Amino acid sequence: MKDSLVLLGRVPAHPDSRCWFLAWNPAGTLLASCGGDRRIRIWGTEVDEEDEYECVSVLNSHTQDVKHVVWHPSQELLASASYDDTVKLYREEEDDWVCCATLEGHESTVWSLAFDPSGQRLASCSDDRTVRIWRQYLPGNEQGVACSGSDPSWKCICTLSGFHSRTIYDIAWCQLTGALATACGDDAIRVFQEDPNSDPQQPTFSLTAHLHQAHSQDVNCVAWNPKEPGLLASCSDDGEVAFWKYQRPEGL
Amino acid sequence: DSIDAREIFDLIRSINDPEHPLTLEELNVVEQVRVQVSDPESTVAVAFTPTIPHCSMATLIGLSIKVKLLRSLPQRFKMDVHITPGTHASEHAVNKQLADKERPGL
Repeated sequence: MKDSLVLLGRVPAHPDSRCWFLAWNPAGTLLASCGGDRRIRIWGTEVDEEDEYECVSVLNSHTQDVKHVVWHPSQELLASASYDDTVKLYREEEDDWVCCATLEGHESTVWSLAFDPSGQRLASCSDDRTVRIWRQYLPGNEQGVACSGSDPSWKCICTLSGFHSRTIYDIAWCQLTGALATACGDDAIRVFQEDPNSDPQQPTFSLTAHLHQAHSQDVNCVAWNPKEPGLLASCSDDGEVAFWKYQRPEGL
Repeated sequence: DSIDAREIFDLIRSINDPEHPLTLEELNVVEQVRVQVSDPESTVAVAFTPTIPHCSMATLIGLSIKVKLLRSLPQRFKMDVHITPGTHASEHAVNKQLADKERPGL
């Protein structure tokens, strides 16, 4: 077993601080890291230096700790969630990365994010006990949503409130079924699904599953299996990982 | 045996103030009337009153209350430690920091 996990490199990514989260982009060419120093760093390799990672960009837009970063499923777009109550989006511009949108609306720390299967919508979850769904509007869109320059605009099209009784630590959007799962500090796991005749510009979501005491302490993370519909994993402050099978209830 | 406000207050009343040679009870920073417990719901809420509105030790005091409770109570309890409303200039920022389980380094 000795050489089965070999070190390629180590970098001091977030000096004098903690690094909270990492995400590889779908192409596998970039890694984003975020931390208590309020910065996001993007790491890549030189063309001929496959095992040497260097910092491609430092993003300094958030005013407080960055909790989570997530890549868009198909565009070179990065989203971040922060203690400063905002969500920010970044894209590549020339040789650098720039912040192209700031999503305001949450009233407290945003803990996590998830894109929907199409990448047109983004779900965020917060210490304010709500989930917000944001939609991307491209310049020249039919709905008349204003955009500045060539950057898309993001608007909050739905807020799920009154369902969670404590901080929502994580959210996961199933790429197979569109179901939204949340991990909450009240020890529960909840699942939401969009109503069948929902207006795309003002969608409505219904609670389709609510498991009290899914764990004996805070649920920190939920993850849908990418291949098997309805298979969900969760983990908790109680140190346990649990596996769940979800099925959309009849008539909902 | 159900946990009540008196029991919670007994856990925190003797915590020493970081700056003065007195306990939080002696300084009226904590009072039993500002402790709320629900054993069936496993929730505890403690409101603490810093001695002055610009007290720079407010976060530290809040943390010492939180740590004492975390170490003494069963793990099922959800803890909410916050500043008595209207008694500190930065109460929102301090409360937010106390509520974030990643931040205070607990």
